[in-house]
Amino acid sequence: MATDPTVRRRRRNPSLLAGAVILGLLVVVALVAPPLLSGSAETLTDDARLGPGAGHLLGTDAFGRDVLARALVATRLTLLMAAAATAASFVVGVAIGALVHLAPGWLRETCLRLIDSAVAFPSLVLALVIAAVLGPGTGSAIVAIAVAGVPGFARLTANLAATVADKDYVLTARLLGVPGPRILARHVLPNISGPLLVLLSSSFTLSLLDISSLSFVGLGVQSPQYDWGRLLNEALPSIFAQPSVVLAPSLMLIVTGVGAMLLGDGVASLVDPRTRGTAPAPTAAPDAADAAGTAAPAVVSRPPGAAGADAEPDGLLTVAGLTVRAGDRTLVDDVSFTIGAGRIVGLVGESGSGKSTIAMAVAGLLPEGVRADASRLALGDLDLLGTPPGRRLATEIGIVYQDPIGTFNPALRLGTQLTEVARTHLGTPRRQARRDMARALADIRVTEPERRLRQHPHELSGGMLQRASIASAMTTNPRLLIADEPTTALDVTVQAEVLRQFRRINREHGTAMLFISHDIGVVGELCDTVLVLHGGRVVDRTTGRDLRRGTVTHPYTRALLAATPAAVEAGATLSAVRWTADTPPAQPAGTPPYEAPLDGTPPDGLSPDGLSDTAADRPPAAEGSR
Amino acid sequence: MSATATAPDTGTADPLLRVEDLTVELGRGAAARRVLKGVSFDIPRGSTLALVGESGSGKTTLARTLVGVHRPSGGRILVDGAPLRAARGREGAATVQMIPQDPYSSFDPRRTVAQSLAEALDPVRARVGPVRTRIAELLGQVSLDPDGMDRYPHEFSGGQRQRLAIARALAPRPRFVIADEITSALDLTTQAEILNLLADLRRRLSLTMLFISHDLAVVRHVSDTVAVLLHGDLVELGPTAATFAEPEHPYTARLLASVPGDPRFRLDGEPAPA
Repeated sequence: MATDPTVRRRRRNPSLLAGAVILGLLVVVALVAPPLLSGSAETLTDDARLGPGAGHLLGTDAFGRDVLARALVATRLTLLMAAAATAASFVVGVAIGALVHLAPGWLRETCLRLIDSAVAFPSLVLALVIAAVLGPGTGSAIVAIAVAGVPGFARLTANLAATVADKDYVLTARLLGVPGPRILARHVLPNISGPLLVLLSSSFTLSLLDISSLSFVGLGVQSPQYDWGRLLNEALPSIFAQPSVVLAPSLMLIVTGVGAMLLGDGVASLVDPRTRGTAPAPTAAPDAADAAGTAAPAVVSRPPGAAGADAEPDGLLTVAGLTVRAGDRTLVDDVSFTIGAGRIVGLVGESGSGKSTIAMAVAGLLPEGVRADASRLALGDLDLLGTPPGRRLATEIGIVYQDPIGTFNPALRLGTQLTEVARTHLGTPRRQARRDMARALADIRVTEPERRLRQHPHELSGGMLQRASIASAMTTNPRLLIADEPTTALDVTVQAEVLRQFRRINREHGTAMLFISHDIGVVGELCDTVLVLHGGRVVDRTTGRDLRRGTVTHPYTRALLAATPAAVEAGATLSAVRWTADTPPAQPAGTPPYEAPLDGTPPDGLSPDGLSDTAADRPPAAEGSR
Repeated sequence: MSATATAPDTGTADPLLRVEDLTVELGRGAAARRVLKGVSFDIPRGSTLALVGESGSGKTTLARTLVGVHRPSGGRILVDGAPLRAARGREGAATVQMIPQDPYSSFDPRRTVAQSLAEALDPVRARVGPVRTRIAELLGQVSLDPDGMDRYPHEFSGGQRQRLAIARALAPRPRFVIADEITSALDLTTQAEILNLLADLRRRLSLTMLFISHDLAVVRHVSDTVAVLLHGDLVELGPTAATFAEPEHPYTARLLASVPGDPRFRLDGEPAPA
C-alpha cells in the first residue's frame, strides 16, 4: 500500500475529476471572458449576419456582434444566477425539511403534506407565476427559481431524515442525552448529505435551464444584459436563416449541466467514508473465502478413509470436486459428498463458510458471475452440470428458503402460488391441484387449509408460511429437498414444529434432504450425516448422533459445540476459540486428530478470543447484502 | 396475569429497578393493541434479569418503554424507589442505557468510533480530544485495541461492533443496562465471545442488567433470574437454574423442549398444537 491514499481516491473517482474539470473551465471562462471579449461581444459593427468564418468562428448576429464571444461572456451572468438560485433553494429547503422533524406530530404532518403538494406543482410554472408577479428582471428571475426549487429540497430532506431518524444510532444518541438540534446536525444531516448533494447538482442544472427559459420567454434578463437564455431568445427569429447562432448558447447549457451532474455524483461518493478509498480495516482480514482461495492447494478436503463411505452405491445426489468461484475468489473449494436415497445430509458452518453456495450450486441457482465446476454433479441419472432440462430440475428438486415471507408474492392468493408447480409442470387441472394442496397442507399441520388457500401471504404467520412452502416444494414428490436455513427466521417453538415436519416427510416419503443451517444443534437433531464447512471447504464429516452426544473429534467441530450455549453447562465459559484457515486440514481418518484443549491455551492455528483474531465473523464485504 | 415470584439471592429489600403492573398499549383508537398486560418484576442491584419471549411477546416493547420511547398506559417503573421519568439529558443517560440488537445500524457510519464514544461521554459537544484516554479505557474494557478508535464502524466486524456498542452503553456509567437481543445477529463463535465478555463485565463492574433474548440457551449463561413473556403476560419468573430445571408454566416447559440440543428436545413424537 505504497500509494498515497488521496491519490488512490481521486483515481477511483473519474466522475468527480471530469465534473471538476468541466466546471473549472467554465469558471475560468466566466472570469476571463468578460474583460477580454466584451469588446467583440458588444460592439455594434456592420458585419451583420455573417456565417461561420475565420474572423468569427460562429458568425455574427443581426447587429454584427460575435456570437461565440457573446456566449462566452454570458457565462458569468448565467452561472451566477443559477448558483444564487440553487444556493437559496438549498438553504431554505434543507432548513424547512430538517426543522419539520423537530416539530410536534400534528404540525409535522401538516407541513409534510404542504411540501408534498408544493412538489407536485411544476416548478417552471411556479417560477413563471412568481416572475410575472415580480415583473421581469434579473433579480426576480433568481427569486422565482429559488422559490420554485425549495419544495424539492424540503421534501427530500424530510423523507431522508425520516429514514435516518429510525436508525438505532439516532435512538441511542437520544438515550445518551444528545439534544434534538445536535442530533440533527451531527447524525441526520451528514447521513443524508450524499443524496442531497446529488440533488444539489441536478437542481443546479434545473435552475440553469429554468432561468434560461425565463430569459428566453422574456421574463428574465433584460437587454442590454444577456445570458444564454436571452441569447437564444435573440437568435430565435433568425434560427432558420442562421442556425449557427443558437449553437453556442445551447452547447454551453448542455456542457454546464453535464459538468454539474458529474461533480455531484463524484462529491456524493467522496463524502461517504464507506465508499471512500481508505485503507482496509485494521482487523479486517482477508475474508474467509479469500483465505481459502490463496491457501495451499494441497489440502485434502476429503479424508481418504471417508471416501469409501461416501461412495454409497445407491447415492442419489453425487457431488464430486465441486468448486465455485466468483471472479478470482473461491467460494467453495473441492467439496465432495453424496446423499443416499432417504438420507438427510446437513451442511453446517458460520457465515461465509460456503454452505448456501453449495446448495445453490446443486439447485442450479447460482447468481450471475458465479461459476461452478465439478468432476461430477448428478442427481441419480440427471446430470446437474451444464443445462439440465428445466422441467426435470423443477420436479426432482424441491427447495425451501430461509425467509418464508419473501418466498411468496404478497399480491397473489396462496392457492394460486402453491399450486403453480403442479399446474405448470405436472399439468394437473386447477381444481385437482387445489384439492391436493389442501390435503398436503393438512398433512403438514396447517390449520384450516381450505381457507388458507384463499388467503394472502400476509394473513399467515411465518411458521404457517414456511409449512406452506415446504408443502409446495413437496408437490412434485421430489427426489431431493434442499432446505436453506429453513428455520432460522422462526421462533424456537415454531422451529421445533417445522423440524418435526421435515423428519416426518423424510420418514413418510423417503425424500432425501440437503439441510443447510448455521445451528449445530438443529443439524445434530435432524441429520444423518453432517458436513462441517469452513472457508468453503469441508473440514469435518460427522454424524448427527455424534453431534448430539458431543463425541466429535475434529477441533473445529468441537470448538463450535463448545461455543453453543445449549451444549455447555450454565456458568461454564463458552469457547470463543477461533479456528483460522491456516489450521492444518482435516486429518485423514485413522490418524488421531490432535487434542484441542478447549478450556486452556489454544493449539497452533487456533487464535484466542480477542482483537488479534483476523477471521472476522462477518467480513465488511458482506455488509452490502444486509 | 402477573407472576410475582420474588427475586432470588440478594432479596427484594434493595431492588434497583422495580416494574409494577406495567401496561403498555401501542397504536391509537381502534388500532390500539395492549402489548404488555400488567407486568411486574424487580431487578436487584448488581444482578441480571433475562427476559425471554418469542416474536410478539412484547419484550422489545418493554425495553423501549423502560428507555422512554413508549409511554406506559398503566403501572409504575421505579428506579431506586423513585419513579423513572422519561428523563432527557445527562441525568437520563446516567440512569439507563440500551445496547441495540443490530450492530450494523447502531453506529453512525460517518462518525469514527472515537466520535461515537465521545458523544456518549459528552452528549452536547462530543469532542474527542479531551476524552481520548477515557475512550481508550472504555475500549480496553471490552477487549478492543484502543489504536482503532479513529476508524469508522464499517471497518469492524459484527462482533467487534457489538463490543463497541457495549462500550458506548457503559460510557455514561448508567445505573442499569438493557441488552436487547444483542447476540441474535452474530455467528456462534462471536456470540460466545460476547456472552463471555458480558459475564466478565457483570463480575467486574457488578452491572445491573435486563437481558432480552428469544434464545433460552443463551440466557442461561448470563442471567441470575429469568422471566418468560407470552403475548404480553409474564408467565414465569424465577431463579435461572431452578427455572431451567423445573419450569412452572407449561409454556416455559415447551420453550425449553424446543431448543435443539436440549435433552428434552424430540423430533419424533407428540405434535404440539400449532
